[in-house]
Amino acid sequence: MIRITKGKVYDPINGINGKELDIWVDGGKIVQVGDAPDLVAERIIDAEGCIVMPGGIDIHSHIAGGKVNLGRKLRPEDHRKDVVPRTETTRSGVGHSIPSTFVTGYRYAQMGYTMVMEAAMPPLTAKHTHEELHDIPIIDKGSYTLMGNNHFILKFIEKGEIEKVKSFISWLLKTTKGYTIKIVNPCGVESWKWGKNVENIDQQAADYAVTPRQLISILSQIADELGLPHSIHLHCNNIGVPGNYETTVESMKATGTNRVHVTHAQFNSYGGKGWADIHSKAREVVEYVNEHPNVTFDAGQIVFGDTTTMTADGPWQYRLYLLSGNKWVNADVEMETSAGIVPYTFRKKSLVNAVQWAIGLELMLLAEDPWRAFMTTDHPNGGPFTFYPQIIKLLMSRAAREEMIAQLPRRALERISLPQITREYSLYEIAIITRAAPSKLLGLHQKGHLGVGADADIAIYRENPDVEKVFSSVQYLLKDGEVVVENGIVLKSTSGRILYVDPGEEGDIEEYIREEFEKFYTVTLDGYGVPENYLERGECVSCG
Amino acid sequence: MSGVGEMNEILLRPKVEFDVPVEAEVISPDLFAEKSHEEIGSLPVFLGNRKMCLKDLFEIEGQSSTNIVLEGDFSRVKKIGYGMSRGKIHIKGNVGMHTGATMKGGEIIVEGDAMDWLGAEMNGGLIWVKGSVGHFAGASYWGSKHGMNRGMILIEGNTGNEVGKKMRRGTIAIKGKTGDFLGVGMIGGTILAFSETGERPGAEMKRGSIVLFLENCTNPPPLLPTFTYNCTYSPTFLRVYLKTLRKLGFPVKEEYISGKYRRYNGDIVELGKGEILIYEP
Ligand SMILES: [Zn+2]
Repeated sequence: MIRITKGKVYDPINGINGKELDIWVDGGKIVQVGDAPDLVAERIIDAEGCIVMPGGIDIHSHIAGGKVNLGRKLRPEDHRKDVVPRTETTRSGVGHSIPSTFVTGYRYAQMGYTMVMEAAMPPLTAKHTHEELHDIPIIDKGSYTLMGNNHFILKFIEKGEIEKVKSFISWLLKTTKGYTIKIVNPCGVESWKWGKNVENIDQQAADYAVTPRQLISILSQIADELGLPHSIHLHCNNIGVPGNYETTVESMKATGTNRVHVTHAQFNSYGGKGWADIHSKAREVVEYVNEHPNVTFDAGQIVFGDTTTMTADGPWQYRLYLLSGNKWVNADVEMETSAGIVPYTFRKKSLVNAVQWAIGLELMLLAEDPWRAFMTTDHPNGGPFTFYPQIIKLLMSRAAREEMIAQLPRRALERISLPQITREYSLYEIAIITRAAPSKLLGLHQKGHLGVGADADIAIYRENPDVEKVFSSVQYLLKDGEVVVENGIVLKSTSGRILYVDPGEEGDIEEYIREEFEKFYTVTLDGYGVPENYLERGECVSCG
Repeated sequence: MSGVGEMNEILLRPKVEFDVPVEAEVISPDLFAEKSHEEIGSLPVFLGNRKMCLKDLFEIEGQSSTNIVLEGDFSRVKKIGYGMSRGKIHIKGNVGMHTGATMKGGEIIVEGDAMDWLGAEMNGGLIWVKGSVGHFAGASYWGSKHGMNRGMILIEGNTGNEVGKKMRRGTIAIKGKTGDFLGVGMIGGTILAFSETGERPGAEMKRGSIVLFLENCTNPPPLLPTFTYNCTYSPTFLRVYLKTLRKLGFPVKEEYISGKYRRYNGDIVELGKGEILIYEP
């Protein structure tokens, strides 16, 4: 038994806002909160002068799988400048924007995160993704399965066979050990295979009479019908294109009242007709979110500096390659999706980058409900996840924002509303957007809070006037009730859970698709999926 | 303890023959400049994967100097002068990989041969090798946008492949033979190769100049079809370059200074603003 004492506890799910409370941990769970005269602790963690929060949960990050690994191959120079030597308790590796597997786990843990969701897993590389997730220590993980441009789904929708779409999705989630439906540039990625894209949500895919609107509407409906713990996870069409906020709002509308999570909304909240007049439409996007409780979003905040962009949105990455003149990888994933990777440096002096930087923060600061707004950088697209503490500081301090705004090109100021926004997040709200709300969004009951029965994933930060310092490195991190990080040093490499779903409504779809699958895929259907024994600590989260 | 010769020098000699590589980026005038004999001796180096002190591997004489002399076999010692910005390293024998890589200033003289990655991604200063060098001299490391970005590398012997890969500024002059892909992906700068060269010089070059003198070369390699002949002339800049080299003491024949050169531009699969100049005897 461990007793954490004298710390200021921030636990929004249980309504605790900075109160000094004892937390008792045993058998990987929280067993008691508050005074417990009958309990005897073997270890007392003195958290005086510390903040106690549930472990952080990142709902959208690219940490494993085919495209992450392609990114690693593309960027030896990214690794060379951030070499991580072996220690007695940790393995060696490399870092910066596409860290190696071990370093990914260590660095999340050192920041107090205990769960991270891989945001885009092509079914064909599900095995690879899970193999890498297996090697990421300490944190719990899950993956969103890419479905927005899958040939079977497009074909069933074209034929109006919605029940088959539903069976297929149920089967695909189970087969890939995925957590929810990820949709990336619906119909656009399919069109990319023909050298095209879609420009609005009513334009059909190049070779299917299916529109993004149909696809978003049907898949969001199915996610709700299957009772998936998390909604559809939507990367909207027209990402990165000036004027794209209209597409974003239309996409949210297309779901009606079904749940939808709009990811990295920053990249999808641009006004203007081109790069010359790009400006913020964060307000317009957030207004829709504020008024519609079925919608959630994450920021996809950018961080000034060098990073690696990677997405299943092949056509967008082609545009970015032309814009930046940097090196580029374009990958095709057979009947499912694509991927593109381009290194990119966000510069303070760039007008466009300055506007992008402001939009991410505007979205977070204008969102009325912190339970539906999530802090991400869409790691590594907007910047490496290791910059989260910097973003927390910007959310919590107007002064910190002003200091940064002063360094931006003056012309950027008339295109953004950030300088006028006075809101400052409280620690309680930070605990919501990085812990409590993610847990709720993922439909998890044992995470994101410190109530009795919760998983003992607890981050203890040393208080400091500089919040960036506070969140950069934990004083203690408990994962499943064990102290795994102390004073920022990883003491122990445990292995985290893999969460997945099995909605159980696949029927006989596997046999139905077998012939076509075997005809067009480069792998056999029986070698395609991720069997349960592939996961060292698999945990099926119930649907419905 | 000090006083090797008249100038204040620091002298290093290997204590043993190394059977695994030594990583010694600490052998740099910037680091030795203000340090006592003792402090220099305790600078960290790696023998294979074992962390050791400089004095465990080398005999050291002298202190507090930017003038370093290396005696003995350093062919397995890597990263000497890595990132240095001033002073001088005089290597009296052979030297290992990455010598002078990323250096910003100062001077490195190698009496013997140097291995791969000599002056890779250097940003200034002078490297002069009396012997031959390996591959990738003045090149970019894997993944980097550009190689050598300023400075000068002079080589009296032969070189391996991909010398000047992606170089952006600066000068490389090679008296001996050069390998394949000389100046591959060049972005700028000048390479002067006095003797014969290998396959595909200038492949994927965007800008910059490669000058081939093809001395004693009976069978010159064909240029890539993506290089186009422009004219035959006497480039003014070349006269300036050659005279400067001569002034430094690098051997340059008189006829080159006043000679004519065939100009080809390329590589037109890239920008096509690069040039290969071939001496016309
Ligand atoms: Zn993403």
